[in-house]
Amino acid sequence: MKRLSGFVLFALACIATPFIFPDNYYVTVVGLTIFVNIILAVSLNLLMGYAGQISLGHAAFFGLGAYSSAILTIKYGVNPWAAMAAGALFVLVLSYVLARPILRLKGHYLAMATLGLGIIVHIFFVQADQLTGGPDGISGLPTLSLFGVPIDSDMKWYWVLCSYMLLSVLFSLNIADSRAGRALSAIHGSDIAAETMGINTSKVKSHIFVFSALMASVAGSLFAHQQNFVSPESFSFFFSIELVTMVVLGGLGSTFGAVIGAFLLSILPEVLIVFEDFEVLIFGAILIVIMIFLPEGLFVALRNKATMLLSRRLGES
Amino acid sequence: MDQLLQFLISGLTVGSIYALVALGFSIIYNASDVVNFAQGEFVMIGAMSAIFMLKAGLSYPVAAFLSIALTAAVGLALEKFAIEPAKNATVVTTIIITIGASIFLRGAALLIWGKEIYGLPPFTSNNPIRIGNATILPQNLWVMLGTAVAVLAVKYFFDRTRMGKAILACSFNKKAAYLVGINVKRMLLVSYGLSAALGAAAGLLVTPITFMSYGSGVMLGLKGFCAAILGGMGNSMGAVLGGLLLGIIETVGAGFISSGYKDAIAFFVILIVLFVKPSGILGKEEAERV
Repeated sequence: MKRLSGFVLFALACIATPFIFPDNYYVTVVGLTIFVNIILAVSLNLLMGYAGQISLGHAAFFGLGAYSSAILTIKYGVNPWAAMAAGALFVLVLSYVLARPILRLKGHYLAMATLGLGIIVHIFFVQADQLTGGPDGISGLPTLSLFGVPIDSDMKWYWVLCSYMLLSVLFSLNIADSRAGRALSAIHGSDIAAETMGINTSKVKSHIFVFSALMASVAGSLFAHQQNFVSPESFSFFFSIELVTMVVLGGLGSTFGAVIGAFLLSILPEVLIVFEDFEVLIFGAILIVIMIFLPEGLFVALRNKATMLLSRRLGES
Repeated sequence: MDQLLQFLISGLTVGSIYALVALGFSIIYNASDVVNFAQGEFVMIGAMSAIFMLKAGLSYPVAAFLSIALTAAVGLALEKFAIEPAKNATVVTTIIITIGASIFLRGAALLIWGKEIYGLPPFTSNNPIRIGNATILPQNLWVMLGTAVAVLAVKYFFDRTRMGKAILACSFNKKAAYLVGINVKRMLLVSYGLSAALGAAAGLLVTPITFMSYGSGVMLGLKGFCAAILGGMGNSMGAVLGGLLLGIIETVGAGFISSGYKDAIAFFVILIVLFVKPSGILGKEEAERV
């Protein structure tokens, strides 16, 4: 139970927040963005933090999920849940086909390949205007309903996205302590050592790649319904970079690190908005400074510091 | 046939710019194992500062020289304040640091120069020269000539000068270079400065044709990265070859398929290269050290 105490606390905090601050802009509007970003950061962390495979194109899968939902529901009148499943299936096949050739690459080559994939998908969203509505995107998605209840208010969306977010976090925490998780961290340490220990590294890597893409795709579908609008801007190269930043900022390889990173990076624009034109400059500076002084990430650095202090205290008494 | 010739001309022009950016990429990569995502921002800073110096009344050659010097100084600052303090950083960390630097530089450019799009006047007259049914602008020739001069100068620097050889020594083995008395820190600084200067030169050459704004560096930088991989990461002449090839493939592809997909074609080619031969055209197949 101790293992999940952090999760229980986090879940309680998420559930309590809307009751403590009802009708608060930061809870019902910014909160939803934060949830989506947490889901994406946690899914990216499975790939980057656990398996050690960088991806600069994660927004592509998020976008494919969102566009599948938008196109299928609006142009073809498909049921929203079926559209979401179809999008996920498409992403599953695509990521499965791409996983092996992409994950054979390492370091900068892997960065380039995932970046290229992200950019190609983004250009497709902009250019294939017959299908995607071009740069203007598509609006007017039908309302999603769950067990006959239409999800038509910010508060209802809060609970839906909160549930999916908590599920993702729980899944990510559990995988770390499973056989698959140990195989992943072995791969992170050394591909070759993992292989000699009898781990089928390319299989494990491609499974986690597909899984992480699937999580992003479903998040994309939900995002499209919640925003009631999709446009290429939300799925650009820059957003992929932002996701990577969230994961690294909080602490690569730590689920709560990804959560904290996503949280901070989602509220940062809201805070920096007072600096107006300086916003971009400050954002870049923060990124550099944290990476130089706390390369292990904010959350992980603080946690290590806290455990160190705690153990010293206990040692003294 | 005429159409193909026209595509070749514009392809070689863009390709020359990619070649310069890719050359900058591979100089930094060789010296410090860092893929510098801020490489495109060097191009932008070089061009934008020249534009504003011209506006301030400086003559073209002076503005060009000063803007290259200024960009080189930015390159030095990048190494000094962002790369050097992060010693022993992992690949992911250095990627994020240079991405942070590129965002920072873009933010600074936005503050100083605003969001507008600017151009530079061509170096000489703007009368097109006809070759058969294809036309070529004098500025296209300037781009190719400028690139050729810059590439030869870089080649001379690394092959013939003491400092160039010292940088090469650092890229092979930093410890060994240090032991024979090379100031490794200074060599790193020089390579960032040189790489930034090359970027600025690319910016000066291309802006009379394509215009420039604070955000134009991003795509140029990424294409330079593509070109460097296409030619073989870390191989300087490979980077030049990769740049020219990428420019031609992209222009011909855009001409025959659709110009909207121009960038997608470049990245598609790179994906194929990565899947088939990640070491690029001139790169050596690396044996992995365990």
